[in-house]
Amino acid sequence: MSGDLVLQIILTVAAGLVGVGLYGALSQQSIVMIMMGLELALNGVLLAGGAAWYFLAPQRPDAQMLIVVTLVVMAVEMAMGFAVTIAIYRTRQVDMVDMAADLKG
Amino acid sequence: MAELSGWAIGAVAALGVTAIGMGIAVFSVDSMARATFALLGSFLAVAGILLVFDLVYLAVVTALMMTIEMAIMAVFMIMFMMNPAGLMPMSMVHNKRGSAGAGAVVFIVLVIGVWTVDWPTRDGQPPADSTRQLGEAIMGSHMLVMLVIGVALLATILAGTVLATARGRYDRFGADLRATRPDDPVGGGLRR
Repeated sequence: MSGDLVLQIILTVAAGLVGVGLYGALSQQSIVMIMMGLELALNGVLLAGGAAWYFLAPQRPDAQMLIVVTLVVMAVEMAMGFAVTIAIYRTRQVDMVDMAADLKG
Repeated sequence: MAELSGWAIGAVAALGVTAIGMGIAVFSVDSMARATFALLGSFLAVAGILLVFDLVYLAVVTALMMTIEMAIMAVFMIMFMMNPAGLMPMSMVHNKRGSAGAGAVVFIVLVIGVWTVDWPTRDGQPPADSTRQLGEAIMGSHMLVMLVIGVALLATILAGTVLATARGRYDRFGADLRATRPDDPVGGGLRR
């Protein structure tokens, strides 16, 4: 199997992860489940970055740096998401996004 | 183009199917704890694919970081969320059709791009040690990225602490900060 084909198949898998993650982030009501959807979409970015490094430009470190940045984004998203969850739950016992719709226009 | 051996292609295929299947399971199982571990399975499958690509360091970092992260997430599930054990069917969704449509459209657009782009041919061979390549980039040509990441993580630490603090100075000294004694439930706290 040629490398081009393998690259395209892997990128298709990555696109599937992004699509499923986006569905989860948009459809879930629980704040933690929304965060899991975002993480799943970022998982697809990890996979696409690794495939791009190996199949397109293994001599350059740029795709590896993209993976590092994605991992950091995941950590920041998780930390800030839980901090916000704790803050809003502590003050208003809100754990679902539909319960925090006061500012909805 | 790249040469992956037969077993490597088989491993990537199996891990790719696992990653997608576990990802779908995250939003179809009845228990939030199970959803968390399904997400962990998806991450571990992607880490396995990175391992096949010789990205040993990034694969190990992904596996370790996501294992810890999902363990923390499971604790939060049980703390905050309803139905963590899956004792009854769970469906907490809104706008399911629109969300599925948005996800499908994004997937289709990305797939059309993936299969129509004329991908460039591979430029060079993988280095003998991909970790060394990454380390030299972090400490050399890509140091600005690491500097920005460092500042972002510091800001996250500070903001997370501020958000997670139950009682701030306005709770202790009043809205105008003019109280002479802090209004603490237990004495002995810091003075102004």
